[in-house]
Amino acid sequence: MFLDVSKNRSFDVLVIGGGPAGMAATVTASGEGRKVGLVDDNPDLGGQIWRGERKKPSSAEARVVFEELQKSTFEALPGTRIVGLVRPGTLLAEASGSLVELSYQSLILATGARELFLPFPGWTLPNVMGAGGLQALAKSGLPIAGKSVVVAGSGPLLLAVAAHLKKKGAILRGIFEQAPLSKLVKFGLGLWTEPSKISQAIDLRWQIGAVRYRAGAWPVEAVGGEVLRSVKLTDGKKVWSVDCDYLACGFGLVPNLELPAILGCSIGPGGTIVDEWQQTTVENVYCAGEATGVGGLDLSLFEGKIAGHAAASGRPDKARFLLNYRDKARRFARALDESFALRDELRHLAKADTIVCRCEDVPAGALAGRTSWVDAKLQTRCGMGPCQGRICGAATSFLHGWERGSVRPPIFPVGVENLAEVYSNSASSPV
Amino acid sequence: MPDDSIALTIDGQAVRVAPGTSVAAAVLIFQGPGFRRSVTGTPRGPLCGMGICYECRLTIDGLPQRTSCQTVCQAGMEVVTDVP
Ligand SMILES: Cc1cc2nc3c(=O)[nH]c(=O)nc-3n(C[C@H](O)[C@H](O)[C@H](O)COP(=O)(O)OP(=O)(O)OC[C@H]3O[C@@H](n4cnc5c(N)ncnc54)[C@H](O)[C@@H]3O)c2cc1C
Ligand code: FES
Repeated sequence: MFLDVSKNRSFDVLVIGGGPAGMAATVTASGEGRKVGLVDDNPDLGGQIWRGERKKPSSAEARVVFEELQKSTFEALPGTRIVGLVRPGTLLAEASGSLVELSYQSLILATGARELFLPFPGWTLPNVMGAGGLQALAKSGLPIAGKSVVVAGSGPLLLAVAAHLKKKGAILRGIFEQAPLSKLVKFGLGLWTEPSKISQAIDLRWQIGAVRYRAGAWPVEAVGGEVLRSVKLTDGKKVWSVDCDYLACGFGLVPNLELPAILGCSIGPGGTIVDEWQQTTVENVYCAGEATGVGGLDLSLFEGKIAGHAAASGRPDKARFLLNYRDKARRFARALDESFALRDELRHLAKADTIVCRCEDVPAGALAGRTSWVDAKLQTRCGMGPCQGRICGAATSFLHGWERGSVRPPIFPVGVENLAEVYSNSASSPV
Repeated sequence: MPDDSIALTIDGQAVRVAPGTSVAAAVLIFQGPGFRRSVTGTPRGPLCGMGICYECRLTIDGLPQRTSCQTVCQAGMEVVTDVP
């Protein structure tokens, strides 16, 4: 991999992440007349929820944002992944095998969230996927019609995924939510203060039709030899088995914080810490969407707009009304979070020989005596593989309460020799 | 398959997919769910579908460790899996 200086770019406002938050930020910042760049590591814009929908939006909300984006002036940099910081004001990016430098006056981090995966026996078998994971593959061309799917784990995403897969012709063998019914009912009542959410929920239930939605049940084992054949589930009392082609399983979302962390932004328990105008603890670096704390689509859009205004033109009065909408969406997110809190039983699903770190094949037994994330890394190589602890770091944080500690660049694997070259060059060049 | 289909090879086998298909989806269709072997030899396939877990990594046009879930099939692409 080499540094391609001909592709270096410089912007007034650089937005990282082409999901709803990043798209909303781009529209507002470009509306303020600034030179805006929008980077995303996927082949096209849309983020997780609107993946592959640019030409065919599936909802009114998506259509509005894609249309606004279409009318805006900005440079889109899809297929481009930020891997590190060269110096303050300049990021290092990788695009189709070459490295480029992207400079900015203001930066908006809209890096979104990923699914939380928890280890249980058999979870490494092919065809055991994330809930959003299977949905993403179905959106990118995997034929799912006629395939039998068990959806399990936790959170409202399970319903969205189930509805999507059903629409594409999958045979749903049930949706299993680990949260107890009592908590969900409370959440259901909470919806009455949010009329737009009620219609959304009703709509999803209608799309899922007669499929069984079972609260208070979770997977304990994925069974198969070279590939998944069936899933064992439990309600805490009995265990039963369901045959399926795919297990779509995620236990909620965790924010992508590697980039805010290497930029020096302070991170709180839920995500990147921001002030009322979405600025992080680092000046001119803003954060919006799931990366400030998981909160759903509406919150991502409000935060993106606020960050776009603030990064482009300070704290404009005309954008002040957005702060109220955002705060309301935040309250809704908090209620949601409480309803889907993960049960303690999920901490004890892995057996001694169940792999926890999938990159380095570190089993649960090897981690039993370790005292911290760093201790585990040094003694067992947990978190040292290509995913750089993104999967097992989030899992062990839930299982053992370990903090992931400092993040070091590059935040995604790149050819190391060449990286050394970039950093040594940049250290000697004038800022 | 309509005429606008994309021709590529997976482990030397010529295949055609609809435009916009990810390499991960193409491998799942034509090769099956096992993409690679882990460091201790257990079979693996895509998990996250979004470029985070690296379980779907493959060699694409000679570049190793590409996340196939984030790569769209292009005409003439050569995909090599790590399944023995
Ligand atoms: C797998 C998954 C599926 C989901 N499906 C649904 C659904 O069906 N319905 C629903 O209501 N909600 C869904 N959600 C929740 C939804 O994503 C959020 O509610 C919200 O829309 C997130 O918006 P965002 O802009 O903050 O983040 P995202 O949409 O996650 O966008 C962030 C983008 O930043 C990119 N990125 C991150 N780091 C880098 C980097 N270093 N360099 C370059 N690019 C980077 C990511 O690839 C991503 O495209 C899903 C979430 C996940 C994780
Ligand atoms: S499936 Fe996780 S990176 Fe592709």
